[in-house]
Amino acid sequence: MNPTRKRRLIVVLLIFAASAVAVSLGVFALQRNMNYLFTPSQVQRGEASNYPTFRLGGMVKSGSIQRSNDSLKVTFTVVDADGNMPVEYTGILPDLFRDDQSVIATGHMDHARFVATEVLAKHDETYMPKELKDAMAKAHQGRAMPANADQGESP
Amino acid sequence: MTPELGQLALILALLLAAAQGVLPILGAWRGNGALMAVARPAAFGQALFVALAFAILVAAFLGHDFSVQYVADNSNLALPWYYRIAAVWGAHEGSMLLWVSILDVWTLALALFGGRLPEVFRARVLGVLGLIAVGFLAFILFTSNPFLRLLPMPPDGGDLNPVLQDPGMTFHPPVIYMGYVGFSVAFAFSIAALLGGELEQAWVRWARPWTNVAWAFLSAGIVAGSWWAYAELGWGGWWFWDPVENASFMPWLVGTALIHAQAVTEKRGSLRAWTILLSIFAFSLSLLGTFLVRSGVLTSVHSFASDPRRGFYILCFLILVVGGSLLLYALRAPKVAGGKAFRPVSRESAILVGNLMLTVAAAMVLLGTLFPLIGDALALGKISVGPPYFGFLFTLLMLPVVLLLPFGPYLRWGKGETPMLKQVLLRAGLAAAACAIVACFLVNGQAKAIAGVAGAVWVGAGVLLYAFKRWREMPRGRRYPAEMAGMLLAHAGVALFLVGVLLSESLSVTRDVRMAPGEHQQIAGYDFRFDGVTETRGPNWRAEQGTVIVSRGGTIVATMHPQKRSYTREQVQTESAIDPGVTRDLYVALGEPMDKQHIEGAWALRLYYKPFIRWLWAGGLLMMLGGFVGACDRRYRQRRAATVVSAAASEPAMPPALEARA
Repeated sequence: MNPTRKRRLIVVLLIFAASAVAVSLGVFALQRNMNYLFTPSQVQRGEASNYPTFRLGGMVKSGSIQRSNDSLKVTFTVVDADGNMPVEYTGILPDLFRDDQSVIATGHMDHARFVATEVLAKHDETYMPKELKDAMAKAHQGRAMPANADQGESP
Repeated sequence: MTPELGQLALILALLLAAAQGVLPILGAWRGNGALMAVARPAAFGQALFVALAFAILVAAFLGHDFSVQYVADNSNLALPWYYRIAAVWGAHEGSMLLWVSILDVWTLALALFGGRLPEVFRARVLGVLGLIAVGFLAFILFTSNPFLRLLPMPPDGGDLNPVLQDPGMTFHPPVIYMGYVGFSVAFAFSIAALLGGELEQAWVRWARPWTNVAWAFLSAGIVAGSWWAYAELGWGGWWFWDPVENASFMPWLVGTALIHAQAVTEKRGSLRAWTILLSIFAFSLSLLGTFLVRSGVLTSVHSFASDPRRGFYILCFLILVVGGSLLLYALRAPKVAGGKAFRPVSRESAILVGNLMLTVAAAMVLLGTLFPLIGDALALGKISVGPPYFGFLFTLLMLPVVLLLPFGPYLRWGKGETPMLKQVLLRAGLAAAACAIVACFLVNGQAKAIAGVAGAVWVGAGVLLYAFKRWREMPRGRRYPAEMAGMLLAHAGVALFLVGVLLSESLSVTRDVRMAPGEHQQIAGYDFRFDGVTETRGPNWRAEQGTVIVSRGGTIVATMHPQKRSYTREQVQTESAIDPGVTRDLYVALGEPMDKQHIEGAWALRLYYKPFIRWLWAGGLLMMLGGFVGACDRRYRQRRAATVVSAAASEPAMPPALEARA
């Protein structure tokens, strides 16, 4: 092997090793930070049981928002057409959080209750994020879902 | 009648852009001077008609012409005039028109000041810009016409997106676009070079200031966006790795790599093919950014109403541009490549390592941003990628860049000297270690904060040492040419940025609390007293305004008035109150009333103490300044002496021995 070829081989091997390291680190970081989205009925069917943390998406049930009297704890129920899920959250809710509003909450299950660490709400009530709309359509095919899209709000 | 004139102007502009795009490139191919000469007048005409269309849209907004759908959707009678102008680019259609207008600003600048370029090359560059304009003008005319009529005409309009109703925010989109679109110049240069099958160093020299300016604008836009996220979203964060932030950040990362690679190509002729590839990437990512923001495929703060036709169009356009230019690259790049060899320890190598890290970081951000789309396409479920993915990988990738940064200027082109590097390592390393030890006592052993101080001092000391060396060794007047000064400023910006990010990330105190009027909260030695909420009004909004008195050791530091504004269409916007300072920001945002019927009662409040956070924007601004200053270098304005300029002759003002260090 002549010196030029040897040098090229070394360079190629180095690039290969570097990309292998980069790819494995990337996959590792990606796997640890992927969050799946489920609707209440999917959670009740046990589809989310393999995921310690996930995102719960649906509508806030009208009249279900209850504030605690002495702290920032708030409970509400997220519903889709077939299921419902009580959610507990401590903190400040987004500007657009209200009854019959589509929300996405990130958190984990604690017994039968979803404990959220972050709650996102979207603009007006006719709006539903595309991914949430798809997930809810998948959860129970054949039912009409609000289809209008408008701008979203998230942090 | 006038809106139809606007549409007519756009149609004429499209036709002229087609002429500008097709004829000169054909002429350059066939060696036909008459066809090549079409480029300039066609560009002028196209720009004139686009400017006319833009002016007509502005006039429609200023004159409250609600018979135009776009005006009716995005403004109303109560909106102040300056926000009515900002509303021109407040939504999809107008922002596309802004995109083309800015493309024309760049095209005009090239047509006017491109006299030094050879005729053939200039024809090709203007032709490529014309083709890009065709793509965008057709997009506006066929999918997102801002001049569509709304009949019957409503008595009053809707409202400008309230997040845009902020003085700083009105300039964010145009500045970001100046950056995005500015990369089209570097792109056009590269495509022209590939078409011609040769890349002269002189042309790269000519492309450099344009790229620097585009990059500086993009930096400014990102800083503005980050500042806005901090001040307006009411979360106190300055970067969320939101798809749209990523969309502007990816071209910035590749652009940063590009301006360094261009320096190598201009000075040494090396890395030509890489420079061309980077400029293709930078522009493609700018287009992708437009696609991500406008198509609404990704849910984010910025996405406008989505229309599948638009997404489909931009996707096709993107495939055409990226695919076409990469195909051309594959066919022609071997012909263009070449340049001087360099040793492993040399400035070229250092720049190459930095380039690699920056492009890999951009690829990493791209993967994380598009992963939800990929997951969707492969039916993996509805996935989102959390910010820790980006934070972890980005820090990891930028570490070598920060460590290498002080050495860069010291390394010679071609072959660097090791003793000099050891000296730098010793001095900057000692300074960093000393400051880190001092920091240990001040920040209670917060590893991130100590790393921030050490990293910043490392970079800062490197920059200062080099500036001092130039001061000592170079004769007066040649110490800091603009290019050098720009580099020093931008690198110093990195140091400030590091301080800002790492200190504010690690030492911030953030607290969400429930407070009744008269209650106190202690945060980081400051006493926050909540004095309740009252109603107030603005020109087109009403707000609940809180009063928070901040004191320290009995003396009042600040009286803060955070607001929760409701705009005409029941859109709610949090206006946080910030007490700025060099070493700390105090930040108060209203959450929500505990009882919606009694806003004078207890509220949920966010109280933040953010040390050194301003430094990160100062760092960003310094980088921007560096970009602008670097672009002013006299060398870029010198007339072309000969067609082929060798590296040694490219700096006639300096003796060859010193040139190697410049």
